[in-house]
Amino acid sequence: MMALPYITEHTGFTGTVYATEPTMQIGRLLMEELVNFIERVPKAQSASLWKNKDIQRLLPSPLKDAVEVSTWRRCYTMQEVNSALSKIQLVGYSQKIELFGAVQVTPLSSGYALGSSNWIIQSHYEKVSYVSGSSLLTTHPQPMDQASLKNSDVLVLTGLTQIPTANPDGMVGEFCSNLALTVRNGGNVLVPCYPSGVIYDLLECLYQYIDSAGLSNIPFYFISPVANSSLEFSQIFAEWLCHNKQSKVYLPEPPFPHAELIQTNKLKHYPSIHGDFSNDFRQPCVVFTGHPSLRFGDVVHFMELWGKSSLNTVIFTEPDFSYLEALAPYQPLAMKCIYCPIDTRLNFIQVSKLLKEVQPLHVVCPEQYTQPPPAQSHRMDLMIDCQPPAMSYRRAEVLALPFKRRYEKIEIMPELADSLVPMEIKPGISLATVSAVLHTKDNKHVLQPPPRPTQPPSSKKRKRVSEDVPDCKVLKPLLSGSIPVEQFVQTLEKHGFSDIKVEDTAKGHIVLLQEAETLIQIEEDSTHIICDNDETLRVRLRDLVLRFLQKF
Amino acid sequence: MPEIRVTPLGAGQDVGRSCILVSISGKNVMLDCGMHMGYNDDRRFPDFSYITQSGRLTDFLDCVIISHFHLDHCGALPYFSEMVGYDGPIYMTHPTQAICPILLEDYRKIAVDKKGEANFFTSQMIKDCMKKVVAVHLHQTVQVDDELEIKAYYAGHVLGAAMFQIKVGSESVVYTGDYNMTPDRHLGAAWIDKCRPNLLITESTYATTIRDSKRCRERDFLKKVHETVERGGKVLIPVFALGRAQELCILLETFWERMNLKVPIYFSTGLTEKANHYYKLFITWTNQKIRKTFVQRNMFEFKHIKAFDRTFADNPGPMVVFATPGMLHAGQSLQIFRKWAGNEKNMVIMPGYCVQGTVGHKILSGQRKLEMEGRQVLEVKMQVEYMSFSAHADAKGIMQLVGQAEPESVLLVHGEAKKMEFLRQKIEQEFRVSCYMPANGETVTLPTSPSIPVGISLGLLKREMVQGLLPEAKKPRLLHGTLVMKDSSFRLVSSEQALKELGLAEHQLRFTCRVHLQDTRKEQETALRVYSHLKSTLKDHCVQHLPDGSVTVESILIQAAAHSEDPGTKVLLVSWTYQDEELGSFLTALLKNGLPQAPS
Repeated sequence: MMALPYITEHTGFTGTVYATEPTMQIGRLLMEELVNFIERVPKAQSASLWKNKDIQRLLPSPLKDAVEVSTWRRCYTMQEVNSALSKIQLVGYSQKIELFGAVQVTPLSSGYALGSSNWIIQSHYEKVSYVSGSSLLTTHPQPMDQASLKNSDVLVLTGLTQIPTANPDGMVGEFCSNLALTVRNGGNVLVPCYPSGVIYDLLECLYQYIDSAGLSNIPFYFISPVANSSLEFSQIFAEWLCHNKQSKVYLPEPPFPHAELIQTNKLKHYPSIHGDFSNDFRQPCVVFTGHPSLRFGDVVHFMELWGKSSLNTVIFTEPDFSYLEALAPYQPLAMKCIYCPIDTRLNFIQVSKLLKEVQPLHVVCPEQYTQPPPAQSHRMDLMIDCQPPAMSYRRAEVLALPFKRRYEKIEIMPELADSLVPMEIKPGISLATVSAVLHTKDNKHVLQPPPRPTQPPSSKKRKRVSEDVPDCKVLKPLLSGSIPVEQFVQTLEKHGFSDIKVEDTAKGHIVLLQEAETLIQIEEDSTHIICDNDETLRVRLRDLVLRFLQKF
Repeated sequence: MPEIRVTPLGAGQDVGRSCILVSISGKNVMLDCGMHMGYNDDRRFPDFSYITQSGRLTDFLDCVIISHFHLDHCGALPYFSEMVGYDGPIYMTHPTQAICPILLEDYRKIAVDKKGEANFFTSQMIKDCMKKVVAVHLHQTVQVDDELEIKAYYAGHVLGAAMFQIKVGSESVVYTGDYNMTPDRHLGAAWIDKCRPNLLITESTYATTIRDSKRCRERDFLKKVHETVERGGKVLIPVFALGRAQELCILLETFWERMNLKVPIYFSTGLTEKANHYYKLFITWTNQKIRKTFVQRNMFEFKHIKAFDRTFADNPGPMVVFATPGMLHAGQSLQIFRKWAGNEKNMVIMPGYCVQGTVGHKILSGQRKLEMEGRQVLEVKMQVEYMSFSAHADAKGIMQLVGQAEPESVLLVHGEAKKMEFLRQKIEQEFRVSCYMPANGETVTLPTSPSIPVGISLGLLKREMVQGLLPEAKKPRLLHGTLVMKDSSFRLVSSEQALKELGLAEHQLRFTCRVHLQDTRKEQETALRVYSHLKSTLKDHCVQHLPDGSVTVESILIQAAAHSEDPGTKVLLVSWTYQDEELGSFLTALLKNGLPQAPS
């Protein structure tokens, strides 16, 4: 979502964007924070010459190792964010959205964050699931909807956990104990984080933990331009929360306990370190603030302020950035650094469980999931293992999905359906020939009964020949079956033909009507009527032959 | 013949105890399960014995849908599920699920504790009943079973009010519940897409009313309240705890703030604070403006409105009191009304519809001497005002919704028969759809003709569509194919494919006719003449002259040969298959007429 303005504002995109309400609201907050952080430190000029490959090569690391620098873009503005968000159409879980009558898309709960979705894209006969950023753990969002993913032809799987070896529950425990330890020793704790997401769970854990750990007098500060909005918004999306939290709303109570932390003044939130915060600031304390990359935002001030004392601790919980790289410019540091990344997204064990449950015909995933991570190449368990093997894709690569579309839905109008005459060809299989007018509108196909043949106008004026030319597009049915010669001859006799002579040939028979100079060749799969000028005779013979054949 | 059947058990030509049975494609759905405010006997609940005399309700109903939390739409639910016995799913929105049990409990308390009724449902029954509830999101498609699906739309009547679409295959019914087409101070307007249901079941409370603009009504309301408190009178506003109350509170709150008034405003019963809390937590269900500003200022945190205590009613001096329930049929609002009714300085403002039989209805219809319990006669001297703040759609709104949904037919419920009749004619005239208004227990049967969905092979479809797109195809084209019915799967494929799938061989039927032509030239020249003749006659067809001397028209082969006896005669052999029957027959006839004289 964070790159949305780049697509909607700079590529000539004119389509609709579908998202759930929490995704849009919280996405707006995240972007707003980012824009705010960036705009606080305006740059007088931006350098771009270094992006030249020849110059970049000569620069010190990490600049020289950066890839695709030419694609780097400036951060968008709030105006662009608002414009991008205005293109969003809000949808709810399990809502079926028709696209041009051709496909239906449906968001499903992915269990990872408030309003986070997996998507199903399906036509009447094919189903593609897009699974991204899903979680099977019980945290605050609605549990992942797995049942609806069943019977997929293709399942696109991405957004797995970045730290497949870490157990989120263990990490939360470590987080709490390190926090308590530091504070008890009179130090401060800094938690670089995003303003929404895991922070809700951390605050909930701390809510349960602080009394037992004797931390009730320690102030918790949450500093972000969107801190207040984030905390408020989290309380109003009851319908998108897990069952436990939903039932709280019925009481009615706020679903998240951070409301109580705020009420009892244990948790305070500020838009920035300036203003009220400087008056209220007490140490030791715990500060949650961004940005987790430690490159901008209020977190920079706290790193500068607390970095020199070994009493203080910085605890990394967001998995998006390498903590060693994040800390590099601040070295040497006296403060303690704890790394407990909390990533609740699917790990490989959960993936194989999910795939067993959902059983898609094919799995498609990014290339890196099909082999163990380069740093742990012996860990064969850290890759997707499924049958048939997952198809992988790479950046900017077009992948053809392995199914062939063979059928499309069409509706038969009731009047037409009534006129159909089914024939049982084999036990359990019936056939009916259909001749109908096809109407296609908005990619929906309807078969209507053919128009009644219009009576030829009885005017005596002879019409031009070309107008009498029959429309050869009126298709005759195909025929099948074979003609038993003896019965055919009997039928002919019954209809007044005499002087019938039957000759055997290599493949069948020839029926000769000597009087009419007409010859009928009958073989297993074909009949050939050869007659002269007599059209009425030909038509009579045709109808007799047709009696023995099935029409399709 | 497939059909949709609708039977109102309540709310048929009446307001109160909404309960409508719908059966669609063999699925039975009960819409709402309400109680009637006007009755205290058996008539207050719908007659569920209509559904089945002996069997269990669960076997007869596929699901129950509750549109919103007003008691005339959900009041009979615990009685229905726990005392009559129903164990199937009950669908409602999240806010309805949250608020419904509270109102039911309130209702139970008044009935049992105050009126001492026996054989009423218990608190535990309400809890058990709510366990059967499945909450739905707006626009979420809920699959009740493999065939039956339901979908909720925003109705804007009260917090969490929804309209429901019930769909089986290609047949669908939309039930509006109560709805409001004009956004108000706290809720948005009802909205539905052009879903073209077979039947739209709509409420028609204000079938004949076209209300003036909301703003005028608000100004009127504020003026009346203001005048009364200025001259020292007390204002009683009977409301239901949730809904109108919040809108009027927001209205008075902003007015008080603007005018800097000090006269106290009270809100009766403990429910209120809780109610406002629900609005805060379900703010996503309110209107755009409130949702946008809630972080800065939550509209449901009132500064001027305080909780009411029973003793305040005797306090001297002006005050404004919101008291429940809204129709003055019981509870606190009735108590206060009795205390204040004798003073002409006071005023009661009825902001909503009152059901027949309630005190509210009586005073609104002009009755000034009321017989109360114990033969007491209460003389009403206080001013009685009616302000239509009810969040129901008016006639214009109903027409608007019908236009939005484009139903094939309309059925009116939740209104008075006379008014319905007027609206019925209007709908039939304007939309040219049939419109029904059954009474309770009366069944409306609508035959439907569902089209049959089958799978068409993409090859056949594409072939037909490409040809259908050709500009010269002015005449409707006929699609020809074979419907293969195997077990329950229906597939439409091209005839060739059907034959192949079944392992049947095609039987070729061919015709060859000899046409004699008087022509002394060589065969090749005759063929050429035939070619140019046909080419000029059959402009729409593909006529070709092949290297071997034969001429083809589409797939029809024409060969010229010399006559064995007569050199002046040439024989044309015209040969075609059964599939080209018409054209072949036409060609022979055409050629028999001879060729035009070649230009010399």
